[in-house]
Amino acid sequence: MRPYVSLFRIRFINGLQYRAAALAGLSTQFAWGFMNILAFSAFYRANPAAFPMAFPHLVSYIWIQQAFLALFAPWGTGGKAVETIVNGNISYDLVRPMDLYNRWFIETIGDRVSRAALRCVPILLVAFILPEPFRMTLPPDMRQFALFLVSVPLSMCVVTVFMMLDTIFTFYTMSRYNAIFIFTAEFLAGGILPIPFFPEPFRTIAELLPFGSMQNVPLRIYSGDLAGMDALKAIALQAFWLAAMLLLGKLLMKHSLKRVIAQGG
Amino acid sequence: MIRLQNINKTFRIARRQSGFGHAVKALFSREHELVHALKDVNFEIQDGEMVGYIGPNGAGKSTTIKIMCGVLTPDSGLCEIDGRVPWKERVAHVRDIGVVFGQRSQLWWDVPVIDSFELIRDIYKVEARLYRRNLDEMTALLDLSEILKTPARSLSLGQRMRCEIAASLLHSPKILFLDEPTIGLDAVSKIAVRQFIKRRNAEHGTTVILTTHDMQDIEALTERILLIGKGRILLDGSLDELKKRFPGGTSEEMVAALYKEYKI
Amino acid sequence: MKLYFKYAAMNLKSQMQYKFTFITGVVSRIALSFTSVLSVLFMFTRFNEVEGFTLSQALLCFSVVSMAFSLTEVFARGFDIMPRMLGNGEFDRCLVRPRGMIFQVLASHMEFARLSIFVSAVAVLCYAVPNSGVVWTWDKIITLILMIVCGAVVFFGLFIIYAAFSFFTVEGLEFMNVLTHGGKEFGRYPFVIYGDGVLRFLTYVVPMALFQYYPLLYLLGRERSKLYMFMPLFALLFILPSYGFFRLGLRYYKSTGS
Repeated sequence: MRPYVSLFRIRFINGLQYRAAALAGLSTQFAWGFMNILAFSAFYRANPAAFPMAFPHLVSYIWIQQAFLALFAPWGTGGKAVETIVNGNISYDLVRPMDLYNRWFIETIGDRVSRAALRCVPILLVAFILPEPFRMTLPPDMRQFALFLVSVPLSMCVVTVFMMLDTIFTFYTMSRYNAIFIFTAEFLAGGILPIPFFPEPFRTIAELLPFGSMQNVPLRIYSGDLAGMDALKAIALQAFWLAAMLLLGKLLMKHSLKRVIAQGG
Repeated sequence: MIRLQNINKTFRIARRQSGFGHAVKALFSREHELVHALKDVNFEIQDGEMVGYIGPNGAGKSTTIKIMCGVLTPDSGLCEIDGRVPWKERVAHVRDIGVVFGQRSQLWWDVPVIDSFELIRDIYKVEARLYRRNLDEMTALLDLSEILKTPARSLSLGQRMRCEIAASLLHSPKILFLDEPTIGLDAVSKIAVRQFIKRRNAEHGTTVILTTHDMQDIEALTERILLIGKGRILLDGSLDELKKRFPGGTSEEMVAALYKEYKI
Repeated sequence: MKLYFKYAAMNLKSQMQYKFTFITGVVSRIALSFTSVLSVLFMFTRFNEVEGFTLSQALLCFSVVSMAFSLTEVFARGFDIMPRMLGNGEFDRCLVRPRGMIFQVLASHMEFARLSIFVSAVAVLCYAVPNSGVVWTWDKIITLILMIVCGAVVFFGLFIIYAAFSFFTVEGLEFMNVLTHGGKEFGRYPFVIYGDGVLRFLTYVVPMALFQYYPLLYLLGRERSKLYMFMPLFALLFILPSYGFFRLGLRYYKSTGS
């Protein structure tokens, strides 16, 4: 366990160095959140009855999404791993006494947590003191908040194991460019449009796919948009996808490493 | 002619310390320190000279080269090359110089070398006849005929360096800056590169300024040595003079003794 | 100009060496456009209209902004990857060559896979043009072309500003994304829906509304004044401060190095 702790620690410290990046990220995410809320409020004015979420729920959704972007975003990590695969430096990683899958997984988590840690506090602070209709609300009750806290790490892990699959595919394609994963994942996870805005049957499908177990769940649980039995079911589905993709990733990794070693790296 | 007078250059560098506490602290405040990359640098180089510019890592070699190429502006001092101030008349100046950065490539990675050459020809507006002549000459001397059609990424280091040097000379520059041209090369390639540079200097009168850590480069090529350490020119003399001061031993040992004497 | 085409050919040749990367690049860019269009479509099937604009009229905005942005992304890619060019010494190499810096940065990187965004935007335009309720006459066609071309110039100005910032620091350039990628993302709806404040900002500071919202009003016949038709031309002024800032950054870079 110890090597993983220090690996996490070093990535975390490394992430903290980028203070200007964090500041820039903050301003970007503020602007992004504002623009999104403004657009949604224009649609809300056009036809409030057609709005599939309560407006304050949507506002909370958007602010948490921006605050924890680094945790849930299906991009921005795994870049270094892909690079080592393509340029052959992977041989160095293979001589270390550490499981490569676990190592990359921890590194990614370390990156994500450090980036989110720097950004979430100021975004949330400001989001709570903004004037209406931009102000973020507290979760409806403690139970809901507890479910939210369970769901956040689950989502982060689901995103990470999914992105690991993308990285592992690099062993087969040897190409740096698997961005198609990113764009589809982002859309289907509710990154552009929250899933409740999808018309049926797209909405149901998206909720069942692994992407629906990413940011969709914690963001909607927080405000109470997803509550009670539905929330529990969604969390169970998250756990299922996490286990399934983790298993698949480990198997694929084993297979692909065998290939790499057979070919001499 | 190249003339540098009282050139000074300082950089500001953020200091970083290790450990979790420092990482958090650095979020809010950072310490900076001033590094004097060049302090009062003076020298002159005549047309047609070959000069070895040596010194330990971080002594200021690259900074000087960058100033002479017009990439960097010094804080103070005068630098005149063939009557021009490099950073003031960049375009006119760089037409007359060729630069090889040993650790970096100017060739397009994925296309045949000859395509890169033709692009460079058009960038420098080299006249067709001159280009033909230069290309033929260098193809013969550097033994490029086999590799001109190969993409740069499939070349060995030695082959690539030969192409880099050729690429820097296609426009017949009067001055050639070579920044560690033999780094990482095998013995055969090193000798080929040295012979070529020597010949170029002898036949075309090209001024050559060479930085290197390989003393054999210096021995094979240059009469004159400029030693820089901690941003100052410590020594400007001929190789023979040096040999007299540190008799016996190889040139490597001589340089080590020299560095030791100047505490750099 | 001849030299520019030579560079273009080199870029194309290089990229054709990696066909698989090129194809996945194309496919993923199409996926990106597709998801963007899909989000517009989903919103309009639910709400029918926003601020009096219909689906086709929003798609008109989307395609104009996408085309403008992708032109810049393809042909001014060098400015987008300026931090990389500074890091690997490529920019220094440009400095020791006897050509203009803007030209060299422009010419040395073009990314043709990104043209696929342009192509998908053309497809969207083909759908939007007959359905948008615009009576297409010559002046309307000219307006549309002006919107796209001037839009590309505004984005180009933003890219230049981004590159100029990277001379000072390579950290924290992310905030420019709000204007570049954000402009493209949020430009899929007429800028007026974001309210007065945003519209004023996009009129007087970063003139994106000048090539999107105002000429759109002319296209739709809501404004008959020719002023609205030629509004995109005013946006061209944006290139002047951008260029000035780039010069400033270049001077700074030459005094500090990397």
